Amino acid sequence: MVQGQQVYVAGVGVISAIGHDTGETLRALQQGISGIGPLTLFPSLYQDVLPVGEVSLSNEALTERLNLRSRSHTRWLSGHAVSRTALLGMAAARQAVDHAGIDLAAWRCGLISATTVGGMDRTENFFPAFLENPAAGHLRDVVHHACGDITELMAEDLQISNFISTINTACSSSVNAIMYGARLLAQGMLDVVVAGGADALTKFTLNGFNSLKILDTAPCRPFDAHRNGLNLGEGAGYVVLVGERVRQQLQGPMLATVAGFGNTNDAYHQTASSPEGRGSYAAMTEALSMAGLSVEAIDYINLHGTGTVNNDLSESTAIQRLFGEHVPAVSSTKAFTGHTLGASGGIEAVFSVLALTGQCIFPNLRFEQAMPETGITPQRTFAPAAVRHVMSNSFGFGGNCSSIIFSISPDHP
Amino acid sequence: MAFITATASIRGKTLTRNGTIQYQDASLVLPEFLLQAYAALKSDYPKFYKMDPLSKLGFLAAEVLLADRPLAAYPPEAVSLVLSNAHASLDTDTQYLAASRTVPSPALFVYTLPNIVAGELCIRHGLKGENAFFVTPAFDAAQVASYVDLVLAQPGAQGCVAGWVDVMGEHHDVFLYLAENSHRGLARAHTAEQLNTLYTGLWNN
Amino acid sequence: MEQLMADLKRQIIEALNLKHLTPAEIGDDQPLFGEGLGLDSIDALELIVLLQQQYKVKIDNPQDGPKIFRSVRTIAEFITAHKPA
Repeated sequence: MVQGQQVYVAGVGVISAIGHDTGETLRALQQGISGIGPLTLFPSLYQDVLPVGEVSLSNEALTERLNLRSRSHTRWLSGHAVSRTALLGMAAARQAVDHAGIDLAAWRCGLISATTVGGMDRTENFFPAFLENPAAGHLRDVVHHACGDITELMAEDLQISNFISTINTACSSSVNAIMYGARLLAQGMLDVVVAGGADALTKFTLNGFNSLKILDTAPCRPFDAHRNGLNLGEGAGYVVLVGERVRQQLQGPMLATVAGFGNTNDAYHQTASSPEGRGSYAAMTEALSMAGLSVEAIDYINLHGTGTVNNDLSESTAIQRLFGEHVPAVSSTKAFTGHTLGASGGIEAVFSVLALTGQCIFPNLRFEQAMPETGITPQRTFAPAAVRHVMSNSFGFGGNCSSIIFSISPDHP
Repeated sequence: MAFITATASIRGKTLTRNGTIQYQDASLVLPEFLLQAYAALKSDYPKFYKMDPLSKLGFLAAEVLLADRPLAAYPPEAVSLVLSNAHASLDTDTQYLAASRTVPSPALFVYTLPNIVAGELCIRHGLKGENAFFVTPAFDAAQVASYVDLVLAQPGAQGCVAGWVDVMGEHHDVFLYLAENSHRGLARAHTAEQLNTLYTGLWNN
Repeated sequence: MEQLMADLKRQIIEALNLKHLTPAEIGDDQPLFGEGLGLDSIDALELIVLLQQQYKVKIDNPQDGPKIFRSVRTIAEFITAHKPA
């Protein structure tokens, strides 16, 4: 187990292309409704070329929904342009806190949030005018550029001030945020931690990933023999972590426990995963060892499964090597949401908890044919199942590999 | 109880190891300084030339920090990396923006993540333990010390390369240290106070 | 073809930051990837950008990269065959 006291998940919150809350999300996962579609958020050369997973709410609609304009403590809001990343983050984090039914003011609270684009969306609004004329452009569009500012805005919204931290380790960021939170909690340094991540779609990431030639021009097909790249998505996912003392005070049942996690470096290449997936293998091994579980105990793996030729082969090779005859049900939910980068680990942590509370396994959409190298066939339909331990993988550029295991709550009926 | 067993820094175009100057040339602009310092170290690692300034700074500091191969006896998974800085990858983001007015450069885009420097160090030195990268307004000795302590308290953990790697244009500030569970090398207690002394002490030199 | 290959060597060194090499050290038929010059997947993407910018030659499918980028000669042949008039 995690060294120190037991860490529980008391609440979850999520917003992505397949829903604005956990209810909508679960329905989409059940009914197999993908969120991948045409890009509408901003003008782009790739508008009709590269499909994406957009959250179907404009910034105005998100602001309205969050009722930000009437909240007195949000000094930064009057006339300010808040980054979409922060809006998505607030939407999911508030849900998680409400879900946990927790009074944050009563405890030593931390917010550990991951993002890779930060306020880039607003910065992109600033630059066209500024490049024409250095006196033009609205500075309010760049003040929240830094990733850490997104966390600060969210912390202000949630009124968390004891401990605030931002993590950016590319696409594994959110899992690392949850790991960090779990450790601080297990060691008794905090009582409550809100952890996860948020990322909005931006021109920066769309053009950048397109330059790496890893974006599919069709909806992505993770783990399929004919997969041809990923679709970018956006959203946010947060969990509320608590220890035993807070658990006793809460009305609601705990949703899951954080059983183990591992973070390793693949030490192979800046962006490519090693063919044998040595980093992912080591991360999964470490998570199992911390959880004290054998491979047979894992009932479901929520894959990193981006849909790129490289990731999926590397990840499936590592899974096959590690699990051998006991490969459990696996699926990549990125076929639903797109790859939400820094948010993906948080969103998929929420999905993992939903698999435990709902006793179900989510489908890997658009899968047709197993890749010949490993022959792993992911879960193809939504299925009720006995789920006691779920592993969620998140791997990022820079060789950063993370794996986390959530286990069924002792409060589960 | 963990120990600080070695340090390295790059400031004012001066590369030091355990406080001793390894290479210095304040007359050079930063990109040129980085190339000359690399040449002076006689490392044979052509990938250096492809790195962005943040990775180059991290690379050079790690080269001198780990020059005696102090990690050779540890399993790769037993050594972690905990970095932090203030500007994340902003220096490279700016270059990417400038270069992208025609065709975006994939090589530059790759470096628009601060943790790529972590990956580069792991590749170079075969480190496979946990990685973390924090962005804070200034070097936060208390935060770094507590996180590295957490990492070193994990079962099997032996060492951790940690510190601060920051660059923005000509501004550069690098302070790396090796923390180990063994009492050797500099063998200073791994505390926030010691880190602050070492960090600011180097700054004053 | 000789002139084009000489230009390419200079441009490749510049674009890929191969500061440890001179054009003379790159053979016309030397493999660029793997055991040869040791280029990697990001370098291949940069070569695609180079061809597009310098020669207005587009490579749409990155899977074609390994074939086209085998050596300086194969790149030169590809450019000659596909260069817009």
